[in-house]
Amino acid sequence: MGYPNPVSPQETPVLSQYFGNQETISLDGWRKVGGYAALQKALGMTPAEIVDVVKASGLRGRGGAGFPTGVKWSFMKPGDGRPHYLCCNADESEPGTFKDREIMRWTPHALVEGCAIGSYAIGAETCYIYIRGEFTEPLLRVRQAIKEAYDAGILGANAMGTGKRIDIIVHKGAGAYICGEETALMNSIEGRRGNPRIKPPFPAVSGLFAQPTTINNVETLAAVPHIINRGADWYKSMCLSNPKSTGSKLFSVCGNIARPGNYEVVLGFSFKEFLYDLCGGPPKGRSFKAVIPGGISVPIQTMEEAEATKMDYEGFIEQGSMLGSGGVIVFDDQQSMVKQIARAARFFAHESCAQCTQCREGTAWTTRILERIRDGEGTAEDLDTLLLIADNMTGKTICVLSDSCATPVVSGIKKFRSEFEALIKKTTFHPVTAAVA
Amino acid sequence: MATTAQPTAPSTPKMVTLTIEGRQVTVPEGTSILEAGKRAGILIPHYCYHPGLPVAGVCRMCLVEVEKAPKLAPSCATAAADGQVVHVHSEKARAAREGVLEMLLINHPLDCPICDQAGECELQDYTYQEGPKELHLKDPKRFHPAEDFGGDILYVTNRCILCTRCVRFMDDVAHDTVLNVEERGDRAVIGVFEGKEVTNPWAGNIVDLCPVGALLSKDFLNKARAWEIDRAPSICPGCSQGCNIMLETRDNAVVRLQPRPNDEVNKYFMCDHGRLDYRWIDRTDRVQFPLVRDGQSLVATDWDPAIAAASKAIAGKRIFVAASPNLSNESLFLLSELMRAGNGTGAFTVPTGPEAPLPGVEDLSLRADRAANGRGAETLGFRRSANPLDGMNDGDALIIADCELDGIAPEQLARTGSVVVIGTTFPQIARMASAVLPTANFAEDEGTFTNLRGRVQRFTQARPAPGVARPMWWVLSDLLTATGRTDATFFLASDVFAALGKSHPAFAGMTYDSLGLRGAIMAGAEGAR
Repeated sequence: MGYPNPVSPQETPVLSQYFGNQETISLDGWRKVGGYAALQKALGMTPAEIVDVVKASGLRGRGGAGFPTGVKWSFMKPGDGRPHYLCCNADESEPGTFKDREIMRWTPHALVEGCAIGSYAIGAETCYIYIRGEFTEPLLRVRQAIKEAYDAGILGANAMGTGKRIDIIVHKGAGAYICGEETALMNSIEGRRGNPRIKPPFPAVSGLFAQPTTINNVETLAAVPHIINRGADWYKSMCLSNPKSTGSKLFSVCGNIARPGNYEVVLGFSFKEFLYDLCGGPPKGRSFKAVIPGGISVPIQTMEEAEATKMDYEGFIEQGSMLGSGGVIVFDDQQSMVKQIARAARFFAHESCAQCTQCREGTAWTTRILERIRDGEGTAEDLDTLLLIADNMTGKTICVLSDSCATPVVSGIKKFRSEFEALIKKTTFHPVTAAVA
Repeated sequence: MATTAQPTAPSTPKMVTLTIEGRQVTVPEGTSILEAGKRAGILIPHYCYHPGLPVAGVCRMCLVEVEKAPKLAPSCATAAADGQVVHVHSEKARAAREGVLEMLLINHPLDCPICDQAGECELQDYTYQEGPKELHLKDPKRFHPAEDFGGDILYVTNRCILCTRCVRFMDDVAHDTVLNVEERGDRAVIGVFEGKEVTNPWAGNIVDLCPVGALLSKDFLNKARAWEIDRAPSICPGCSQGCNIMLETRDNAVVRLQPRPNDEVNKYFMCDHGRLDYRWIDRTDRVQFPLVRDGQSLVATDWDPAIAAASKAIAGKRIFVAASPNLSNESLFLLSELMRAGNGTGAFTVPTGPEAPLPGVEDLSLRADRAANGRGAETLGFRRSANPLDGMNDGDALIIADCELDGIAPEQLARTGSVVVIGTTFPQIARMASAVLPTANFAEDEGTFTNLRGRVQRFTQARPAPGVARPMWWVLSDLLTATGRTDATFFLASDVFAALGKSHPAFAGMTYDSLGLRGAIMAGAEGAR
């Protein structure tokens, strides 16, 4: 449902079915609506069978990259004599994204159940749930849910009486955006500075504590119990456009829009209908100008592009952007894109881990120039310089934070150049040619 | 039941062949492209990479284009693979590195005229080589005040490029977690953990490791510009480890000791004890002219009468040598020849101090034995003893070979037959000598030391000796000749070493050429490590 708005008939509430429901927060409530039946079922299957079901469902990573979950799980080789780890990435820090928060607030047991199934499927010794430092309520809810699950024998040495061991540990972050990057997250859990690691080696080979590790997003893991319960075919049948994008997806909507909130639709849904019907269109008397559809790291879409988009992994790419985390940020005609992009750049400059030269210096330099332009102090060369910096920041660093900062700058200048130029022209300095004696 | 582990024969590593800038090179599997480049004679620009530290891959300076790879690859963190074709100087790779250089330079103060690192700065070098022609920065540079890190270390924050070599050295090599990266983004700086100081006995290495002028030695601060310095490969005399060093002088004054890489001994490092203990080399109370006894006083004279006087003083007597454990093998060898002729003996005393190992490198430590050549002295027949006169008989001719004989009063030497001093300084005891023969110290001579593991290593001459002082092996060569030996006339230290090789099995087959600048293990001392 478009929590906190009433559910629309066009939505497909699977993960969001119980958002706002005080009952399902507790173990008893969750059991009443069929909770932990999927785990019970999964523990009766072999790990390989679970991986096959998830593979067949077409579920893809909901954190941003969209990597097929079943394939990722199949990289883990249970019984290779090494401890395996599952990390649940609950460090939801992407500006404009707040879907995982709601999953953890209202259905923490859905996450615990998903983590338990995932742990069993990849042969994980321990699952770590890495929760963003600023998330206090979700942290308390998930901790409570895990405690209830341990007390009820769902987790622990004899999970659900099957004799199998499943352990989940909650790790609270300290408030760094970069710790949502999977290798930085692992460093953070290990007690190191949250810096991304060079890949290869990939986490499936050498991840947490240098052991094979799988990292999944909250929304991805929360979808797994539904797939186990209702089958891969059911999940796969939720598809409105490209067959490679299946299932339902939560979109967090914020910005200049009538009804911001979380909406769950089947992948391939029309973005135009989504923005105008589900979310109620622009605020009264205004019109939409631009959309960032997948969290602030993805390219900005013009309304022409947005309105032609089918909401799935391929659909957003076709229209010049990316699905990303599903954090939809909407701008109306009253907004200065220069100001918005400058704000985005400031965020990245603040959060850069400072390892790679281009990111450490580039994010800050970009911010200085953008804020200067915003304040009417821009010069004619600034836009070229920004594009040059952005080029140096793209595809050359350990992780993609650097690219993420460059993306809105490049797409912003490309699509809204006139706004930049209007601010720069205001202060263009016309030198008077000195008379030569 | 315990089983004895059989040492497995080292299996030959799989080799891979790749092409770097059109040159084919074959390296063991697992070698990085950057190291493979070095073997092919191509230096790929880099900052954070250092062969003695774990790979960080953060400066992004060593980006190269690998054919068929989707993105530019950091050559320090990318393994060489069979059939790889690598372009270091392609337009794409150069543009990327130019971008990195510009990013490094925008906040760098460019204060090279007042920076100690100027002239030996990798930021300067690569900027000259392939940096941007102009910077696009129009905004003010950020500023951080300089910090005193404690010990000998000064941190000039503005010059720092955050390569983290210093942090990795302290963490992974010195195993002393005192440095960190503070803050994030372009506010990041190298920091010292609260309540800590960079006073580790090996901390000075972070100054050498720093590729720019951010970490400076307070000791070397403003002493010399890099281009004013003369450099001589040498061996640290501070302990028996035998760290390979570069002895650096400006106008013949020693200004700095720096480690010289040797994989077998000290990798890339040296300790602060050795690094900072060099002022004695420049002591000004040196003996500059030969002295001979004239009644109650010693008078300056020329070499020939001095040698004759010394020869006369020892003639017909049993000889006892009080030797310094910092003499070269060459000098000790000729001393032992003197000793042998007179049926005599010799002893040496090694000053000691606390051990300070560098945990991240196998068998590298500031050794308790604070002398360079105790092992050599032992090998050549001198007795190691707390008493430098251990074994001296009444009536012996005492040769004091560059020893201060601290704590021994002149009266204690009343029983000697005669005293000859051969050395760099004028100890108290020299007042009763028949002759004082001035010699060069290790910075003014060439020769070899034998370290505690039996590795014989060369040191070379950095500057001339004061006055008419001569290398000790030369003085001894003359003295031996004056006593009637016909086979002891040497014109070069290498000739003395060759004679040592012929007469002593431990040095058999060794020549200066075969030692090179890496040294070789004495016969019989192999496998000591």
